[in-house]
Amino acid sequence: MPTERQANSHVGAEAAAKLGWWHAHRFLVLRRISQLSILALFAASFLYGLDILKGNLSSSTVLNTVPLSDPFVLAQLIASGHWPAETALLGGAIVLLFYMLVGGRSYCSWVCPVNIVTDAASWLRRRLGISKTTRISNSLRYWLLGLSLLLPVVGGLLIWELVNPVSLLQRGLIFGLGSGWVLIAMIFLLDLLISQRAWCSHLCPMGAFYGLIGKLSVIRVNARHRERCDDCMDCYKVCPEPQILKPVLKGAANGVSPIIFASDCTNCSRCIDVCAESVFEINTRFTTEVENKNEKPIATIFNCHPVCPCCC
Amino acid sequence: MVGLGLTAWASSAKRSDPQAIRPPGALPGDDFLNACLRCGLCVEDCPYDTLKLATLFDPAPSGTPWFEARKVPCEMCEDIPCVAACPSGALDPALKNIDDARMGTAVLIDEKNCLNFQGLRCDVCYRVCPLIDEAITLERQRNSRTGKHALFIPTVQSDACTGCGKCEEACVLDETAIKVLPLELASGTLGQHYRLGWEEKARNGGSLVPEQLKLEIRRPENSNAN
Ligand code: SF4
Ligand code: SF4
Ligand code: SF4
Ligand code: SF4
Ligand code: SF4
Repeated sequence: MPTERQANSHVGAEAAAKLGWWHAHRFLVLRRISQLSILALFAASFLYGLDILKGNLSSSTVLNTVPLSDPFVLAQLIASGHWPAETALLGGAIVLLFYMLVGGRSYCSWVCPVNIVTDAASWLRRRLGISKTTRISNSLRYWLLGLSLLLPVVGGLLIWELVNPVSLLQRGLIFGLGSGWVLIAMIFLLDLLISQRAWCSHLCPMGAFYGLIGKLSVIRVNARHRERCDDCMDCYKVCPEPQILKPVLKGAANGVSPIIFASDCTNCSRCIDVCAESVFEINTRFTTEVENKNEKPIATIFNCHPVCPCCC
Repeated sequence: MVGLGLTAWASSAKRSDPQAIRPPGALPGDDFLNACLRCGLCVEDCPYDTLKLATLFDPAPSGTPWFEARKVPCEMCEDIPCVAACPSGALDPALKNIDDARMGTAVLIDEKNCLNFQGLRCDVCYRVCPLIDEAITLERQRNSRTGKHALFIPTVQSDACTGCGKCEEACVLDETAIKVLPLELASGTLGQHYRLGWEEKARNGGSLVPEQLKLEIRRPENSNAN
């Protein structure tokens, strides 16, 4: 147990030692800045009337002109039989296109505040060396997603939005949480004590929805230098969806692309942060795979720098 | 299973406290719950901070806008900023004149304690009503206690009352005698088969049944009228 605890508390330590603290935490810090500043802008609008971003993540306006709406909430409205007004539809389309481009679950790691809660639970889990976990199927979230869109059709009532912890928390942080913290505390404890990454990686239908949106998205994490991997396992420990890492890291022999095409990937880029061997990069799905082939890559001849994407 | 649980949860969670009043133009009942994105844009654009966004276990389903008339009533803005802000149509954009809003209707619910019912001239609810003499009128009655004075009974005309709650806020009693209630709670519904004779007559331009026949008075041949 103590050895495991030690090993656990040092996820990313090697990377920090080798590449510097900033390098080993940059995406984490950037993500937190992104998540918190979005909430702060909403709150500033509510509290001080500073209308850069007004509303909340369910629907908002940018500078009082451009509408944005959450396509998942819109899908539920439509399922319950209400055809939304044009403003909301336009806002939904803008958000949809954005995530289709940058990766659906970028919403999870760069925007959603619940991610901060579940990341904290996962961090504490590693710190305390809690390894006991109840298995929950990864695909349960898709069933819940189906349910959240089916129940309104059957019952004619927008059921999921009455309890959706994501809506509850983000709204609560802007407009006042009331007793909503109870639900958030439950998610934290569930993730911490009962099942690892239970909420975001197994249950949340919103994450599942955004995952599906991003199936064909352009921005992708890429295990481009997978031949350098020394099996330290740090990325597996920090990744919220570790099941997607093995195929890309170990798939060279089977001709599996090093680009993470799995829609479960949240583009959180923590794998890039914690990897001391700089295996991962974030770029587009069109990045050439040439460099990772075992035979001497032709393209490298033209490369000015090993990680420069400009001409490959 | 999960679905059943959620549905059960939801049907209890969707219930509103009768004193949680919706913004102007809100679609009726469940339609509103199904249409509202819970974005709070209406709340943000309400210049009087009337509207609040419900949190979990508030009197309205979480995330939906509501207000408590006794605390901050709706000031009936002429440009209806809350409706203009709503992206989803949950607050009906067809509402152009705030006087047509039906957020609920005021009901003078406690006739025992209302000062005017005791023969005093409080009149406060009547005076503050933005639609004075339309939505609230004072109806004169005899004061049987003194035998020589009049009672001025504040009477809500529910077909004109917008449910803004100015009267509820202003009532001088410790616990208000006049309260805004949702229309579903405060109004009755006439049976489907009812026809109001005078309305049918007006619509038809005359009575629907033939005028009563005038029958000749017939007496037996040789009977004597005297
Ligand atoms: S899975 Fe759900 S709760 Fe987790 S970050 Fe994504 S949207 Fe938020
Ligand atoms: S693969 Fe990397 S970027 Fe994707 S979810 Fe895992 S840690 Fe985050
Ligand atoms: S009409 Fe004016 S005061 Fe009333 S709820 Fe709307 S914005 Fe607020
Ligand atoms: S603006 Fe419309 S959709 Fe948004 S909270 Fe208010 S009523 Fe609901
Ligand atoms: S303000 Fe209250 S007490 Fe006075 S007349 Fe109206 S209902 Fe009665």
